Amino acid sequence: MADFQTVVVETDLLICGGGMAACGAAVEASYWAKKHGLKVTLVDKAAMDRSGAVAMGLSAINQYVDLNSGNNTVKDYCDYVRNDLMGITREDLVASIARHVDSTVHLFEKWGLPIWKDENGNYVHEGRWQLMINGESYKVIVAEAAKNALAEAGGQYFERVFITHPLMDGNKCVGAIGFSVRENKVYVFKAKATLAAMGGAVHVFKPRSTGEGFGRSWYPPFNSGASAFFTIYAGAEMTCQEVRFIPVRFKDAYGPVGAWFLLFKSIATNAYGEDYMKTNAAELEKWAPYGKVKPTPANIRNWLMMLDVMDGKSPIYMQTADAIKRIAESAPDEKAAQKKLKELEAEAWEDFLDMTISQAILWAAHNVEPEKKPSEIMACDPYFIGSHSGASGAWVSGPEDLQTPATKDEYFWGYTNMTTVDGLFAAGDASGASSHKFSSGSFTEGRIAGKSAIAYILDHNQAPNVDQGQVEALKAEILKPLDTFEKFKGATTDPEVNPHYIRPKQFMFRLQKLMDEYAGGVSAQFKTNDKLLERALELLAFLKEDSANLAAQNLHELMRAWECVHRMYQAEAHVRSVLFREETRWPGYYFRADKPQMDNENWLAFCNCKYDRNTGEWTMIKRPVKYITQ
Amino acid sequence: MPSYVIPDKCDGCKALDKTACQYICPNDLMVLNKETMKAYNQDPMMCWECYSCVKICPNQAIEVRGYQDFVPMGASVTAMRSSEDIMWTVQFRDKNIRPKRFKFPIRRGVPEGQANPFGLYPTGDDDIKSPTLMSEPASLNGKGPVTFDKVPTL
Ligand SMILES: Cc1cc2nc3c(=O)[nH]c(=O)nc-3n(C[C@H](O)[C@H](O)[C@H](O)COP(=O)(O)OP(=O)(O)OC[C@H]3O[C@@H](n4cnc5c(N)ncnc54)[C@H](O)[C@@H]3O)c2cc1C
Ligand code: SF4
Ligand code: SF4
Repeated sequence: MADFQTVVVETDLLICGGGMAACGAAVEASYWAKKHGLKVTLVDKAAMDRSGAVAMGLSAINQYVDLNSGNNTVKDYCDYVRNDLMGITREDLVASIARHVDSTVHLFEKWGLPIWKDENGNYVHEGRWQLMINGESYKVIVAEAAKNALAEAGGQYFERVFITHPLMDGNKCVGAIGFSVRENKVYVFKAKATLAAMGGAVHVFKPRSTGEGFGRSWYPPFNSGASAFFTIYAGAEMTCQEVRFIPVRFKDAYGPVGAWFLLFKSIATNAYGEDYMKTNAAELEKWAPYGKVKPTPANIRNWLMMLDVMDGKSPIYMQTADAIKRIAESAPDEKAAQKKLKELEAEAWEDFLDMTISQAILWAAHNVEPEKKPSEIMACDPYFIGSHSGASGAWVSGPEDLQTPATKDEYFWGYTNMTTVDGLFAAGDASGASSHKFSSGSFTEGRIAGKSAIAYILDHNQAPNVDQGQVEALKAEILKPLDTFEKFKGATTDPEVNPHYIRPKQFMFRLQKLMDEYAGGVSAQFKTNDKLLERALELLAFLKEDSANLAAQNLHELMRAWECVHRMYQAEAHVRSVLFREETRWPGYYFRADKPQMDNENWLAFCNCKYDRNTGEWTMIKRPVKYITQ
Repeated sequence: MPSYVIPDKCDGCKALDKTACQYICPNDLMVLNKETMKAYNQDPMMCWECYSCVKICPNQAIEVRGYQDFVPMGASVTAMRSSEDIMWTVQFRDKNIRPKRFKFPIRRGVPEGQANPFGLYPTGDDDIKSPTLMSEPASLNGKGPVTFDKVPTL
């Protein structure tokens, strides 16, 4: 076996990940840990200042409920999320985040995040729930607060340590194991409670670009399914694994469209100038009641656009020039109109520069000046992202005070955001059925989970029982790809082509190809059926066997190997859940051609699943949807 | 694209305790070639064009060239980040279009390193079992007609 030093770190709370949810947990848990004399440790595979989905920055805070204005209530937010997700929502979890999120945003501002203000000093809203920010350094600022909190409470953080597996003591999570991507060290973290906050999963499906632009996914390629694998492997019940998210974005570089639709009130049309939201409006009936609500659910908006694409009416255009013209024309005089135009132009470019710089490059390369001509939009590829407009993640307990007598037995088991595994918590993209948390809500959910985990530790304050045999076995498994490469690299003249092993990149391509073609990816126009899905499972079984032959030349590639394994489990949970739900509910996310209709009578329910790491068996579980606001 | 390094400008971060671009890349792509003491992107196909390496390089040695499988040549977007704002220059492929320059603030009112996590608002109850988070309910109150003296419920 490769010669690696084992570093053991003992802590009370272990936070896996360093993104929005993890930083929220670090701040909140440190506060309570300091009061109670406990230790918090955070571990990130990258550098916290620029890790995760907010690495580049963002141009908007997408969840601000603005309770204080009296304009919105927590219930309003629940209504919005429930409808957007076609009824499949844990309202207790959505409400749990919504009632705290304003506090988070006010803290962000105090930490130095520039939030746009109008002349009266009020926040500038992009839409009802969204605030505009100068967010280039959003993540830097949030990470700074998290690091300061850890330092004040005597906590610790590790960067460039890649978490592979949870450590288990029966049905209790007692920490995590991983390796450094910089030096030959395996890290064993022993913890009384553990939070999974390692983001969502990208590159499970084939992206549209397969050349140099392969990495230009909308969600970042470095969110590689670690949260899903961690919780699945621990035996946690998972939820909404079928609810992937496919955003519509500017074509190819995937620049954001939110500001165009919400702030600039732009419309999108097909190649022949028709507004597909109008011409395809009859389709909305079919997906009622959700199709009929305002705003139209994200997946239904996608669907109406896709109908035109499938009808051969592409390209689809965001009518940027019309939108800008309309706003400028509403100015009182020519001079004011000119000034407004300049402002809008800067806002339009900043929107990209703050969070999708590639789109600015693409516009410049296409000589696009948005005030002069429209730009193409298109559906991206499918992502697993429980914090945005998807819903996949672990099934977690809601807070006690938000339950009704009817929901309490189903949705509450003692500690908010704890999974069905003792001592294992989840937040952000890692927790499911509570979409539309975005950056601010993910941070907030991290805070909720952080406090709750400290409460759990105080009630269960025993040293974690970590079995040394388990550690040794996992260490050998983790390092195996390095051993495999060393053992067989001499068998051919080119290390890329070797019959004894599979390199991570080819492994990823194989996973993506099969998901794309069988599970409703881009090239299948997001369509699948029961037979395709069953075939996908057969092919996944071969892939899983071959994962034992992954080979890695160095630490970087070892990380890639484990990212592949993590993605593969996310893929399997997805395929099984799409197969289990015998209907089409989110037509703009995926379409079950053999079950083309929504079936509220049988499937207004959660599709949950559970994996047994000892037998390799999956169990599918149907759970009732119960609302607390109606 | 992919980020690329201009050899004449890269000094391998000799004066720093770590290679800045290698430290920051969220996808672990930038590496230092120990022989030439120059950095490079080890897997351009996995680059998100997030500009984290561009922004952190002390010598402005890193730039980004649009992904060649869908971006026509000749345009560029460059960034200069200081402790308070960021300057962007957008050059079009068509050189008749005047390059655009934008300057945006990146933080406001709080010097780098000074984000104070705990001391900004009092925390209402000290009950580890209550739904009240650190700094609540005070931090829930912004401007507006409603004030919260406890965490809202439904
Ligand atoms: C292009 C884009 C635009 C967006 N626009 C907006 C917007 O305008 N407004 C808004 O509010 N939200 C927006 N979002 C959504 C927001 O960024 C996410 O909802 C939020 O970041 C999710 O938080 P998270 O903590 O779950 O994951 P992330 O913030 O992605 O953090 C994941 C963390 O896990 C770490 N990690 C991953 N794997 C491992 C491992 N194996 N071991 C250790 N660490 C690991 C990563 O390094 C990272 O630190 C956008 C996202 C993207 C990508
Ligand atoms: S940060 Fe800049 S100077 Fe330092 S190694 Fe990287 S490219 Fe070279
Ligand atoms: S642009 Fe971002 S992803 Fe690409 S090398 Fe630089 S830091 Fe890494």
